Amino acid sequence: MSTENVLEIRGLKSSFFTDKGEVPAVNGVDLVIPRGKIVGLVGESGCGKSMTAKSVMGLLKYPGRIVEGEILLGGKDLTKLSDRELREHCGKDISMIFQEPMTSLNPVLKVGRQVQETLLVHDKNIGKEEAKRQVIDIFKKVGIPEAEKRYSCYPHELSGGLRQRVMIAMAMVCRPALLIADEPTTALDVTIEAQILRLMKDLCRQNNMSVLIITHNLGVVAEICDDIYVMYAGKIMEHAPVFELFDHTRHPYTKGLLASIPRIGDNPEFLHTIPGVVPNMLHLPKGCAFANRCELVQERCRSQMPELVTAAPDHECRCFLALEEEDQNGTGRKGGGDR
Amino acid sequence: MKKTDEKMPSGAETKLTGEERAPEKTAQELASEIGEKDGLKEELFRMCRQNHVAALSAAVILIIILLAVFAPVIAPYKEAEQDLMSRLQGPSMAHLFGTDELGRDVFSRILYGARVSLIVGIFPSIISLVIGIVMGLLAGFIGGWVDYVIMRLADIMLSFPSLLLTMVIMYTLGRFSNSIVCIFIALSLVGWASVSRVVRSQTLSLKETEYVEAARSIGVGSGKIMFRHILPNCIPSLIVLYTLSVPSSILSESTLSFLGIGVQPPAASWGLMVNQSKQFLFTQPWLALAPSLAIMVIVLAFNFLGDGLRDVLDPYMKTQ
Amino acid sequence: MNTEILLQAKDVYKEFITARKQVVHAVSGIDLTICKGETLALVGESGCGKSTLGRTLIHLLPATKGEIWFEGKDITKMSEKEFRPVRAKMQMVFQDPYASLNPRMTVRDIIAEPLVTHHICNSKEETTGKVLELMAMVGVPAQFLNRYPHQFSGGQRQRIGIARAIALRPQLLVCDEPVSALDVSVQSQVLNLLKQLKQQLSLTSLFIGHDLSVINFIADRVCVMFLGRMCEIADKDELYRHPLHPYTGFLMDAIPIADPHRRDDDRSILEGEIPSPVNPPSGCYFHTRCPYANERCRKEVPAMLDYGNGHMAACHRCEESKKM
Repeated sequence: MSTENVLEIRGLKSSFFTDKGEVPAVNGVDLVIPRGKIVGLVGESGCGKSMTAKSVMGLLKYPGRIVEGEILLGGKDLTKLSDRELREHCGKDISMIFQEPMTSLNPVLKVGRQVQETLLVHDKNIGKEEAKRQVIDIFKKVGIPEAEKRYSCYPHELSGGLRQRVMIAMAMVCRPALLIADEPTTALDVTIEAQILRLMKDLCRQNNMSVLIITHNLGVVAEICDDIYVMYAGKIMEHAPVFELFDHTRHPYTKGLLASIPRIGDNPEFLHTIPGVVPNMLHLPKGCAFANRCELVQERCRSQMPELVTAAPDHECRCFLALEEEDQNGTGRKGGGDR
Repeated sequence: MKKTDEKMPSGAETKLTGEERAPEKTAQELASEIGEKDGLKEELFRMCRQNHVAALSAAVILIIILLAVFAPVIAPYKEAEQDLMSRLQGPSMAHLFGTDELGRDVFSRILYGARVSLIVGIFPSIISLVIGIVMGLLAGFIGGWVDYVIMRLADIMLSFPSLLLTMVIMYTLGRFSNSIVCIFIALSLVGWASVSRVVRSQTLSLKETEYVEAARSIGVGSGKIMFRHILPNCIPSLIVLYTLSVPSSILSESTLSFLGIGVQPPAASWGLMVNQSKQFLFTQPWLALAPSLAIMVIVLAFNFLGDGLRDVLDPYMKTQ
Repeated sequence: MNTEILLQAKDVYKEFITARKQVVHAVSGIDLTICKGETLALVGESGCGKSTLGRTLIHLLPATKGEIWFEGKDITKMSEKEFRPVRAKMQMVFQDPYASLNPRMTVRDIIAEPLVTHHICNSKEETTGKVLELMAMVGVPAQFLNRYPHQFSGGQRQRIGIARAIALRPQLLVCDEPVSALDVSVQSQVLNLLKQLKQQLSLTSLFIGHDLSVINFIADRVCVMFLGRMCEIADKDELYRHPLHPYTGFLMDAIPIADPHRRDDDRSILEGEIPSPVNPPSGCYFHTRCPYANERCRKEVPAMLDYGNGHMAACHRCEESKKM
C-alpha cells in the first residue's frame, strides 16, 4: 500500500474476565487507518466496537484487558507502553470523543478552561495567554459562534450540539494524527448531526487528519467514511472501501443490516429482518458467530469459523459463501475459505 | 408473524431453549407447566444454600433469641443472685464468664440481658422503619405542603440531639409505664426521621422513572404505585438502614441505662453491663469483654443476614 | 380511509414551570385530529414538544389550556373517576425499554398489571392465560413468564412493553419513540411487530419519532413539529413528495442515507441551534434558522393554512407563493 498508515491494529484480542468466564469482546481484530482517511467501524451494540477503541486509548477498565495483539501508532506498539507513556500519546497523537457530550465534560469547570487544560498538559512551553488564544482559535474552527463569549461558559449553558463541538475542539486542540469518535452523533438531533458530520469531514480534509468513526448507523458511514469495517460478535465480518461495500455487499450480515433499514421512497409492507438476537459472548457458538441468524447457513458454518478472506481487490469478507459466489463467476481466488 | 418471530436467545442467556412450544397447548396448560415463580420461602431456602454466611447468621440470631427466651431454664444462676463471697472471679467451670463486683454470674446476666437488648435492638428499629417508610413515601410522592410538613418535622427530630430527645420522651412517659416500654417508644419515635429522609429522596428519583409513568398510563392508583413500584426499589438501602439501626438502638439503650433512666439494676442488659464494667476494665477485663462480644456477635449477624436478604430480594442475582 | 374521528385536540397548550420559576412553553396551541384506524406520526427534534403533546393527549399530563375530545367527550373536564374507564382505552409504549419496566417485577406481573388494575380477569389462572396469549402475540416465548426484565435483550423488553400496552385492547396507542433505543436489526423486528399488531387489532396509533425514514414506514399521516408548534401536517406520501414548510425539507435532507452514491457535500444543511422553549423567538419560531426568513416572519406568527387534501402548513412563504 502506498499511503502511510497512522494506526495499525493487528490480531487484537481484548476480554472481560468475569466470574462466569472470559468474554472475548474483541476477538482477533485487524484494522488499518491510513493517513487522511475516515474509517468507519460499524456494528450493533455489544459487538465489541467501542471495546476496540478503548483498547487503543488504554481505557479498558477492570475486569477488561488486552489479551494479545499489537496496536501500532507510527511503528510504536501501544500495548507495550507503560500507562504514563501511553498518556503522552493520548490527547496528543490520538484523541477521542464520546457519545454523550454532557457527561464527558466536567460540569463545574468553564469549557474554555477544560480545553486549555488539554493544551497545557501536552505542551509545557506554552503560556496561558497563548493557550487561551489558541483555544478561541480552535473554537472558531469547529464553528462555535461567539467563541470569546463561549470560552467562559459552563457546560450546562450550552446545547447538545455546541457541547459536542467543544468536545471536538478539545480533541483537536493538540492537532492529533488520529481522532477516534465513538458514536459522536447518536445523542444529537438529525439537523445537528448533519452539521457535526460535515464539520468532522472538513476538519479531516483541512488537517490531513485520520478519523475512526464508531457507529451503529449505516447512514452515517455511507455519508462520510472512506473505508468501512463491519464488526459482529468481536470479529471483523467484512471490510471494504465504502462504494465497494455498498455496491457489492458480500457478507449476509451486512446484507441483512442494509436491507432492514427503512428508507424514504420505498414503502414495503414489512421490513426485512435479521431473525434472532446477538449471541451471548460468554458462550459463542462453535462455528460462525452469525450462523444461527443467517438465512444462507450451511452445515459447515455451524462447525467452523470462516477466515477473513480477500474476496475481491480491497474487499475482505468472513464467509464461506463470499468466495463461492465469485467461483461461479470464475473471477474469485480459490482456497482460503475452507481452512 | 413469521417475519417478526424473534428466536429465543441462544447460549447461556437461557437454559430453557431447545424445546419449542407445542402450538396445540392452551395457555392455561402452559401456565401450569411453567409453574409459579419462586415464593419468598423457596428463595430464603435458596439463600441459605448459596450464602453460608447469611445462613449461619440467621442461625446465630435464632439461637440468641432462644437463649433469651429460655434464660430462666438455661441460666445456672438467677439474674440478680449475688454471691458476695465470690466477687470478681475470673472465668471458671462454675462461672463461665466469671462474676462481677457483686458476685453475680456474668454468663447468666448475659442470657437475661439478651432479652432487653434484643427487644430494644430489633423492634423499635422496625417501628421507626415503618413510620419512616410511610412518611418518606408520602412526602416524596405527594410533594407540596405534605412534603413540607413532614420534612420540617423530620428536621426538628434530627436537629435535637437524639439522646436528649429520648430522655425527654422517657421522662414524659416514665410516669405511665415501666422503663423498657419507655425505651421502646422513645427509640421508635426518634429513629424514623433519618429513614424518612432516605425514602423520600429515593421516591423523588424513582417517581420520575419511565416504569412509574408506565404504571400511571395503565391507570394504577397512587397507593399501588408507591407500594408496588417505588417501595420495592428502595429495599437495598432500607436493609442497610435497618442493620445499622439495630446496633445503635442496643447502644442507646445502654447509654440511657447508664444515665439512670433505662433498665435499672439489678435487672440486666448488655449495655448496662458494659457500662458497669468500666472501672474493672484493666483488672477484670472479662466483665466488659463478655457483653461487648455479645453485642458484636448480634450486630455482625444482623449485618450478614442483611446482605444475604438484599441478594435474595435483588432480581439481578436471579440468573437461574 | 375511515374518517370517523377518535381524538380531537383543540388549541392545546402545555407549560411547565422550572425550579427557577421559568415558564417552558412545551406545547403551544396545537389543533389535531386522529381518525379511527390511522397512524399519525409526530415528528420533530428534541425539545419540539412531541413527547409532551403525546402525553398530554392521553391525559398522562394535564393540559394547561385547551380541549381534548376523545370518543365525543372532553377528557380535560372529566373527574378522576369518570376518566378511569377512558384510561384503559388509551395506552402507551415508552421509549427506553430499559427504564420502562420495573426491574423488580416478573414479566408475568408486568403484563398482568393492566389486567389486574382494571379487573379484566376473575382468577389468577385466567390472568396468567391472558398474559401468555399476549406474550405469544408479541413473540416473547412463554417459558420466560417468570423472568425479570434484566434477563432480556432490548428488543424483547420492548416487546414486553408493547404487550403491556395492548393488554387492555386500547382504542388509541401512543408509541413514544419505541425503536430509537434499539439496534438496526432489532428495530426492524419491532417496527414489523407494531405494524402487524395495528392490522390485527385495528389499532389507531400516535407514533412519536425523530427519524423520518422510520416514520415513512409506519405512518399514514405525518405532523411535523418545531418548538411546540405545528409546522406542517399531511398524508405521508404527499408530505414526502411535496414538503411545503422549509423545516420539513431540511429535516428530510439531514437524514444520513445508507447509500454513498447519494452523498452530497454541497447540500444545504440547517444552520444554528434549536431555540430554547423558555424564551422562544418572536413571530415564526423557525425564523432564527430559516434561510428564507424575512421581516414578516420575525413579527407575525404564521397561521396553519390548508393547501388541499388536508395538507396544512404554517409558513408565510408558502402562503405568499400560493397567492401568486
